[in-house]
Amino acid sequence: MDTLLNPPGFLAKKRARLLGIDCSLPILCLLVAIAMLAIALVLPLYSLLSKSLEDRHGQFVGLANFRAYVADPSLMHSITNSLWVASLTTLIVVSLALMTAFALTRSRMPGRGLLKVLVMGPIFAPSLLPAISMVYLFGNQGVLKDLLMGHSIYGPIGIVVSMSFWCFPHAVMILCTALENSDARLYESARALRTSPLRAFMTVTLPSIKYGLISAAFVVFTLAITDFGAPKVIGGQYNVLATDIYKQVIGLQNFQMGSVVSVILLLPAVLAFAVDRWVQRRQVALLTARAEPLRVKPHRARDWSLLLLCTPVAVVILGVLGMAVYASLVTFWPYNLDLSFNNYRFDLMDGGGWGAYFNSLQMAGWTAVIGTLVIFANAYLVEKVPGLGPLRTLVHLMAMVPLAVPGMVLGLSYIFFFNEPGNPLNGIYGTLAILVLCTIAHYYTVCHLTLVTALKQIDGEFEAVSASLKVPFYVTCWRVTLPVCLPALLEVALYLFVNALNTVSAVVFLYSSQTALASVAVLNMDDAGDIAPAAAMGVVLMLTCIGVKGLHWGLSRLLLGRSQCWRQARA
Amino acid sequence: MSESYLSIRRLHQVFGDFVALRDISLDIREGEFVCFLGPSGCGKTTLLRAVAGLQLQTGGDIFQAGQRISWLPPEQRDFGIVFQSYALFPNLNVADNIAYGLRNRRTGRSEVRARVAELLELIGLPDAGKKYPSQLSGGQQQRVALARAIATRPGLLLLDEPLSALDARVRVHLRHEIKELQRRLGVTTIMVTHDQEEALAMADRIVVMNHGCIEQVGTPQQIYAEPASAFVASFVGTMNFLPAIRIGEGRVRIGERTLNCRTLSPHGNGEVRVAIRPEDVRTRYNGDASNLISARVRGLEFLGAFVRSELEIDGVDEPLVADFSANDVRDLGIEAGNVLNLDLPAQRLHLFEH
Repeated sequence: MDTLLNPPGFLAKKRARLLGIDCSLPILCLLVAIAMLAIALVLPLYSLLSKSLEDRHGQFVGLANFRAYVADPSLMHSITNSLWVASLTTLIVVSLALMTAFALTRSRMPGRGLLKVLVMGPIFAPSLLPAISMVYLFGNQGVLKDLLMGHSIYGPIGIVVSMSFWCFPHAVMILCTALENSDARLYESARALRTSPLRAFMTVTLPSIKYGLISAAFVVFTLAITDFGAPKVIGGQYNVLATDIYKQVIGLQNFQMGSVVSVILLLPAVLAFAVDRWVQRRQVALLTARAEPLRVKPHRARDWSLLLLCTPVAVVILGVLGMAVYASLVTFWPYNLDLSFNNYRFDLMDGGGWGAYFNSLQMAGWTAVIGTLVIFANAYLVEKVPGLGPLRTLVHLMAMVPLAVPGMVLGLSYIFFFNEPGNPLNGIYGTLAILVLCTIAHYYTVCHLTLVTALKQIDGEFEAVSASLKVPFYVTCWRVTLPVCLPALLEVALYLFVNALNTVSAVVFLYSSQTALASVAVLNMDDAGDIAPAAAMGVVLMLTCIGVKGLHWGLSRLLLGRSQCWRQARA
Repeated sequence: MSESYLSIRRLHQVFGDFVALRDISLDIREGEFVCFLGPSGCGKTTLLRAVAGLQLQTGGDIFQAGQRISWLPPEQRDFGIVFQSYALFPNLNVADNIAYGLRNRRTGRSEVRARVAELLELIGLPDAGKKYPSQLSGGQQQRVALARAIATRPGLLLLDEPLSALDARVRVHLRHEIKELQRRLGVTTIMVTHDQEEALAMADRIVVMNHGCIEQVGTPQQIYAEPASAFVASFVGTMNFLPAIRIGEGRVRIGERTLNCRTLSPHGNGEVRVAIRPEDVRTRYNGDASNLISARVRGLEFLGAFVRSELEIDGVDEPLVADFSANDVRDLGIEAGNVLNLDLPAQRLHLFEH
């Protein structure tokens, strides 16, 4: 009897591991998470890589496709083109973003609030929209054509300008975060030691945002080298890697060469990803918990000179977005400048019409809802479940992969994986489901990191306390963890929705006639020469995103006021 | 094992190459207040987490109320726990926090409400039920965490450095209250702390730990007056250590003087360390001149209720620290540079191996 109740140690240990519900349930969840990430990410990428080593008939040919690629000078040229365009964009964006972020966080410049809102503008539109706007501003019949002094906007100039415009908010956000994390004590010490403002900037500010700068540079570089929208619209004959994939796959139906270019496009993105990871790891130890937040005092000369410098930035953003709106309303550019809504009658054009817009809304909605829940569940498993170290690390590593995978590459690998007749999931090919799956996978990493950060800020002992009170972990997750994370969850849902609405790169390979999307319609209408309707659809998408952002803002306030009243409650 | 409520048998914990707990055995009686005391990294928190089941041990057994709980998950053990960080649920108000474990047990609504009111009364915050944790001070939050832990009437209460995050004044006040509460409820309690003063003030018994081993188990008086090792002597309270030579049963030589000491200490002759607490150094002797020693005053430090002096004994490099009352200092005219005749009572001298 005694041995039954008190079995020898190793048996009891085994029993605890096998029967304890709170032990096997997390293992099951983690295995499900790994399987999901494998299907949505790892297996498609594997089939892409293997495709690049096969010929048209599926025979393994080693590096023959790569040799053919290297032998084609026009294809090789795209590599230098891509690198050049991306580097130039990075340089322009990071320097402008540093100035803007400094003005936003470290000055009392008048109109900061307005600039903060304006700066985020480009994020709400597909990357095609600034490029279309460029056509109207500097194209053959552009209003400001003379400013280019004979140069053509169709080519590297157009790509760099449009891309810079579109990447700008991302860099500003990263640098604002870096600049906000500052210790006022350091600046007070510098002043007490009679350090000049310039020297303080060089010795205190720059070192403290060093990693932010590196991170911003690599994020912009990755965005620029992998973006497909801007070069497609305004690149003209100037080929880059992202457009090459599109041409090989859609134009020439040469899937092998498409996968070769994809593999090449993966390299800089993987490199940028690796550097960014390294930087993130370094960043952690920089700020101590005892840091005192910096309070910026007004300084006339600094504030007004920054205003002088930032005004052109604001004007350009307003001008580019405004031009797109104006162009979409003009009846027939440049001959009939009367304003009308003719260009918004999408049902008269190719591309899917208003149906495409509603498809997009549906797709973005599902992506936001399913994506947020799934990513939260996985982040919770990674962050809050005790033990099972190796499995959790595996999920975390897999969650990092999408950051290094350009949308074009992901989309193409989905074709290879899901269109395989032998794949049991073949059925979702051509449906809305594959678009949702692909988009969640594409934007997975940032959401994962946001939610992991939010979960890390929650006291690590909640689970232990619940266990001692005999409350199962999922009850505590529902009653405490989820409500505490609500702002982060809303943030993630918004991010997914906006990106799902505007994305072109991945889904351009995956839509079918029933699931045409608005962002792809912008591309196709532009391709067909219907530039004004393309601009109109871009504007509709932008307005939708701004509307959703407003909704998000209102909802956050409402929730903060009601269920989150404990946040403001400070005695 | 019949009279011990919690018994730990040969518990072993290894993290990679690091041995966190070495063969720990310990018995705790029902209703007892036990402190695990030691420097950070000594294994006291690891031991507590093993008792709670939050970190499964590498080997060894734990029995609670006669039942073997060694490998049970925390949900199936019987304990309440309070952490240094309070770990109160920020989105639930005080009443909901306290009721968190009650609601899960299918207790009636009115019953839960009554119990919460009772507990709020018990911790002296009868009107705080509707408040959120962030509206309370640190000390109040910790009291709520305590109420939450005892709400389900667990047989064992675990306190993981519950006072370390609080201000000095609040800490002294709250340690009094916790002790009082524990006595009233009679719940067996284990508290982990690195603060020796806290342990001395609160515990029925103290378990002093170092490097994953138990150095000594005893009442606060025993730990303070009869430290079993040099580590315990130096970690609990202040202790002078003077190099000395043992020259026979109950005799040691310090500098040029030979003093009497007790005989329980290490055997054999050779180098030892003689230890004495600052307050045990006497300036007035009662006729027995055998343990007198002369020392020169190097400096004085005024500490309010008493004066701490640094003294120099001829032939000894280490200074001797002694505490004198302000009266002594005035009456005997103790000041820097003076030479004093001091009594180091034999009963107060501890001998430790070198």
